[in-house]
Amino acid sequence: MESFKILEIKESVFADNDRQAAILRQELQEKGIFLLNLMSSPGAGKTTTLLRTIEALGAEFPIAIMEADIDSEVDARAISNTGVKTIQLHTGGMCHLDADMTRQGLLGLDAPAGSLVVLENVGNLVCPAEFDTGAVKNAMILSVPEGHDKPLKYPLMFSVCHAVLINKIDVLPYFDFDMEACKAYIHKRNPEAEIIPICAKTGEGIDIWADWLRQQVHAWQAPRNNKF
Amino acid sequence: MHELGIVFHVIKHLEKVGEEQGLSAVRSVTLELGEVSGVVGEYLTDCWKWAAAKSSLLQASSLQIVTLPAITYCTGCGRTYETVKYGRTCPYCASEDTYLLTGNEVNIKEIEAC
Repeated sequence: MESFKILEIKESVFADNDRQAAILRQELQEKGIFLLNLMSSPGAGKTTTLLRTIEALGAEFPIAIMEADIDSEVDARAISNTGVKTIQLHTGGMCHLDADMTRQGLLGLDAPAGSLVVLENVGNLVCPAEFDTGAVKNAMILSVPEGHDKPLKYPLMFSVCHAVLINKIDVLPYFDFDMEACKAYIHKRNPEAEIIPICAKTGEGIDIWADWLRQQVHAWQAPRNNKF
Repeated sequence: MHELGIVFHVIKHLEKVGEEQGLSAVRSVTLELGEVSGVVGEYLTDCWKWAAAKSSLLQASSLQIVTLPAITYCTGCGRTYETVKYGRTCPYCASEDTYLLTGNEVNIKEIEAC
């Protein structure tokens, strides 16, 4: 009978994903593709914000969207009506995308060099924050009805995001949402975060968001463009 | 589900180790979970039973969980304290300028295999 022995593994579960994510980012840089990981809770307005973003930047970059959901294709359909390249990813019950799933999605999407690709992550403020997808930048949308205390309740999400969009500001008069407190809570956990109040429905603030995103894409693609 | 994703990562990693080391069966797998990792041990065990059953290497294995304590460091006064007890505000100097030293881990510690 074979004897069992102890094997030390000493491997962080997140370490392997982090390595995969770093490799994916390197590949994206070589191809000149900018990948944005967009996160929020369900119903915060990711798809509507994306439609506005496509309107604002669609003439400047080829845009492609990866929709990650547990099930259904409603988001992918809404996006593909704009004529933008889109792919629907089903996570099969899982609450987040990891770097390997993102890579598979990018393969299927086959976006051209110079593209701005947005990954619309699964609606959830917890798990997507823990798994690096390989995206160049992370952004999240907090909508006014969710409340200004969310940065305190979901600190990790707010600390991994480079930009925080505060959406649905048109309904501010109807909610006890303290914008200044919200900004302070976000900056307490993440002093570098760019906070942009928007209303995806009316288009308010979308120009500021589009400016920020344009700058990030140019900065990422600059080393490649400078070679020529 | 959060725990399921973690279980898939663990299984993928161990199957790679099994192949590299020529292992035929794993009897137990020990994971280290930080106290504030946000991973629920009970859910993890349930997911493990379901997912490991599909792996010939891991189907007879049991999952052991070791909890690692969460410790926070205070930049204000340079002391450390128990995270779970006091949260983000330092109990010594009331500073909120603190960060987690340990407690966020999800590690595969060791396996018992042949």
